[in-house]
Amino acid sequence: MSYANAQSKNVIWDWLTTVDHKKIGILYLAGGAFFFALGGLEAILMRIQLMFPEFTFVQAQTFNELLTMHGTTMIFLAAMPLLFGFMNFVIPLQIGARDVAFPFLNALGFWLFLFGGLLLNVSWFATGAPDAGWTAYVPLSSMSPGQGLDYYVLGLQVSGLGTLIAGINFLVTIINMRAPGMSMMRMPLFTWSSFVASMLILFAFPALTIGLLLLMLERLFGATYFAVDFGGNVIIWQHLFWIFGHPEVYILILPAFGIFSEVLATFSKKRLFGYSAMVFATLIIGFLGFMVWAHHMFTVGMGPVANAIFAVATMAIAVPTGIKIFNWLLTLWGGRIQFTTANLFALGFIPSFVMGGVTGVMLATSAANYQFHDTYFVVAHFHYVIIGGVVFGLFSGAFYWWPKMFGYRLNEMLGKWFFWLFLIGFHLTFFVQHFLGLIGMPRRVASYLGGQGLDEMNFISTIGAFLMTIAFILLLVNIFTSTKNRENVADPWDGRTLEWTTPTPVPEYNFAQTPLVRELDPFWHEKYEGDGKMKAAEPLGDIHMPNGTILPIIMAAGLTVASFGFIYHIHPLTISGLAITFGAMFVRSVKEDHGHHIPVEEIKRDLGGGKNG
Amino acid sequence: MKYLWRLLPISFIILLSGCGVENLSALDPQGPVAEMQFSLIQLSLYIMIFVLVVVFAIYIFVIFKFRERPGDTHIPKQVHGNRTLEFIWTTIPILLLLMLAIPNVMDTFTLANVEVEQMEATEEGEEGIDYVRVQVTAHQFWWEFDYPDYEITAGQDMYIPTDTRIIIELLASDVQHSFWVPALAGKQDNVPGIQNDMWFEAPNEGVYMGKCTELCGPSHWLMDFKVIAVDPDTFDTWATNMAEPPSHVTEPQETVAADGRTVFEQSCISCHAVGAEGGNIGPDLTNFGEREVIAGYLEYDMDNLEAWLRDTQEYKPGNEMPSFNAEAINDEEMEALLDYLDSLKVLEE
Repeated sequence: MSYANAQSKNVIWDWLTTVDHKKIGILYLAGGAFFFALGGLEAILMRIQLMFPEFTFVQAQTFNELLTMHGTTMIFLAAMPLLFGFMNFVIPLQIGARDVAFPFLNALGFWLFLFGGLLLNVSWFATGAPDAGWTAYVPLSSMSPGQGLDYYVLGLQVSGLGTLIAGINFLVTIINMRAPGMSMMRMPLFTWSSFVASMLILFAFPALTIGLLLLMLERLFGATYFAVDFGGNVIIWQHLFWIFGHPEVYILILPAFGIFSEVLATFSKKRLFGYSAMVFATLIIGFLGFMVWAHHMFTVGMGPVANAIFAVATMAIAVPTGIKIFNWLLTLWGGRIQFTTANLFALGFIPSFVMGGVTGVMLATSAANYQFHDTYFVVAHFHYVIIGGVVFGLFSGAFYWWPKMFGYRLNEMLGKWFFWLFLIGFHLTFFVQHFLGLIGMPRRVASYLGGQGLDEMNFISTIGAFLMTIAFILLLVNIFTSTKNRENVADPWDGRTLEWTTPTPVPEYNFAQTPLVRELDPFWHEKYEGDGKMKAAEPLGDIHMPNGTILPIIMAAGLTVASFGFIYHIHPLTISGLAITFGAMFVRSVKEDHGHHIPVEEIKRDLGGGKNG
Repeated sequence: MKYLWRLLPISFIILLSGCGVENLSALDPQGPVAEMQFSLIQLSLYIMIFVLVVVFAIYIFVIFKFRERPGDTHIPKQVHGNRTLEFIWTTIPILLLLMLAIPNVMDTFTLANVEVEQMEATEEGEEGIDYVRVQVTAHQFWWEFDYPDYEITAGQDMYIPTDTRIIIELLASDVQHSFWVPALAGKQDNVPGIQNDMWFEAPNEGVYMGKCTELCGPSHWLMDFKVIAVDPDTFDTWATNMAEPPSHVTEPQETVAADGRTVFEQSCISCHAVGAEGGNIGPDLTNFGEREVIAGYLEYDMDNLEAWLRDTQEYKPGNEMPSFNAEAINDEEMEALLDYLDSLKVLEE
């Protein structure tokens, strides 16, 4: 790679200042993987505690902190950033763009996520982690002593800001930066579903921000939005939280659906069955995902009219989701199905997710929900959806795009061991939890009494959690031992979409010439009906790219410093933190930075370098 | 073979009912509300099992039939889609969901029907429904049961008459809680500043286990209570005696218990009431001697009671009751106090 003329030679400085969407994608993956391991550790500690009745492995207070941080970490700091990692790396490549619309904001989004996540986890070493559940219902959260919940409101505000920025960036990128010929209805499903997820981010995250702001004012400055004694209302928080929280589930699952659509089509060697129905189903799911938030609140006393409306609206989501499931099955139908690890996760997803989906409809049955709500039945349901859907999607995407991202394939043998152990461990852990809930185990309990019929199934559940842990360790072993298989193949899976037309490693500018798109699955089309190469939409020429910058990380650090000031009521710290951030914003506004050009000679040299594998 | 298929769902339900203990499991309903909810659960389960069977069958067929065989390099036909198929798998799910949605909406309204006026006979000659109102106030980490029509208050154990509609009014004093007696009825939340209503009936006498299902702090998992269904006559006795406790409760005759009453008046009465006297910061203790458990979960015996009184934070972290070490209450006084507490019974002397 010889395009680094404007880049520093120092590797660390290079990564700290990068605005390259591919590097930011990898940073998101690394950050997300770190928090995923952390959230997993919290999970296994909880499962050990619940292995035996009245076990005293951790204290009840610690358990509440673990369950809060497990949920918060997995949703905000693991699942979403890992998806952002793939979205960042893949979307510009799939639509034939050289970068995202706002590279600077892209870097800012990542650093805000990372600093917000670290801030949240500092609470473990300060006065104790937040302990009111990831939903932080008031008044438990507004009354919680210590600083744990202060870390929650500020950490999530900082990282949520990053998420909002990332969502807007993807929206603008997908709308504006598609290659010539890439109409909306020729976009790969992963790009489509990321687009819809980004729309959800745009509308959902402001609700969370407002909720967190109100809670912060309540905790730190004595406001009384939620304080009943002063005329406040505790239900406001629940509505604000779930107006964000329910779409959040779809923000996670839709990109995962996108990954499965790519993987299943590629490894059955067929185009996606019912492409346009898939697109519309995605849009409808996105829309309905917004309309049903109150199904989390059936027992809160909204009355039978609201409960009935939200119940029926929630059930309606099963229809577009069913359309997607059958379209995937028909994509496989008549294909030549290859059982790669990536595809095993996609195939394992179908039955696992359908099981999570049907319990979702059961939960939507409002009158029966009075029995399900806040029990282990719910815990089982959403883990079936989030692990069987989102996490399987992440693993599938990892094995699928790994060669493009890192230049080597993950070992298939280890990968298959990983898949089977994880699949079995997952079902062992969560299947029995449906029954635990129905026979009387509430969720978020630090322990349970013996002699209530809950012992055996809790024990089984914990064994399953151990299997998942072993599987995850196998994945880590795989990642580190497979590096020796470096082969830099451009198109290892006989891919269908534009990302597989780029050389590996992908050059800074992605495409020497912007490709001309003539069909859905353009690369497949050119390979099997054309001459095997993409037509170019422009002549070779100098390519304009943005410069790296250290400002994003400074802005994020400033907000983190200010957060500590807020948490500990140290006003000079708050003011200097905000000053750092606004100062960096000022510098960004007045300093002219026109980026740099990569000269055409260098691009020609890259093209002649035989990197097309 | 045909019969086997028909037996499958039934045996599945029998299997489900085998899970858990009676009087706690939602799968073993003991009253009309829990039964209504259980039959909705069953209906949804049948529909969902049908969906699962269809999807799994297609799925298994597809991955066996169309798996890549060694040496196979053919390129499959690139199919765009099929309008008819897509129409079918849009319509059938809608029909299945309607089958579930209609009874669900009806049940949702039935369960919300708690208007007291409707229970009473409105016109002459018309028979009303027999009902008892209970106001349930959730505290960290105990339950208060007020019977406004009887002017009595009970803590932890909720006595109800059988075959009577119980109207529950849910309140919360501090954080949000949720009132759940799986064998009798699904839960409703205790929300600060808001009153929620629900109802249920218990045809059979028995002790039903209740739990709090909303995270309410460090001892959330110990926020248990009991619903004790007794025949209407016993309930009347209980209610009368709770309102005006028998003399051995208010004025114990035996020396030890009388001494215990003195200790109680020194240390406990500002928070706990017995009869008409005492505060209501903690649970009402008028019928303490009839409790099944101490502090919501410890087996009822004098050793556990003493251990609990000596160190309340050890057994229920975060609760508001102070601990009484040997300096606060010496061993002799403690023995008298235990004896007094054990004598607090209203149903039998």
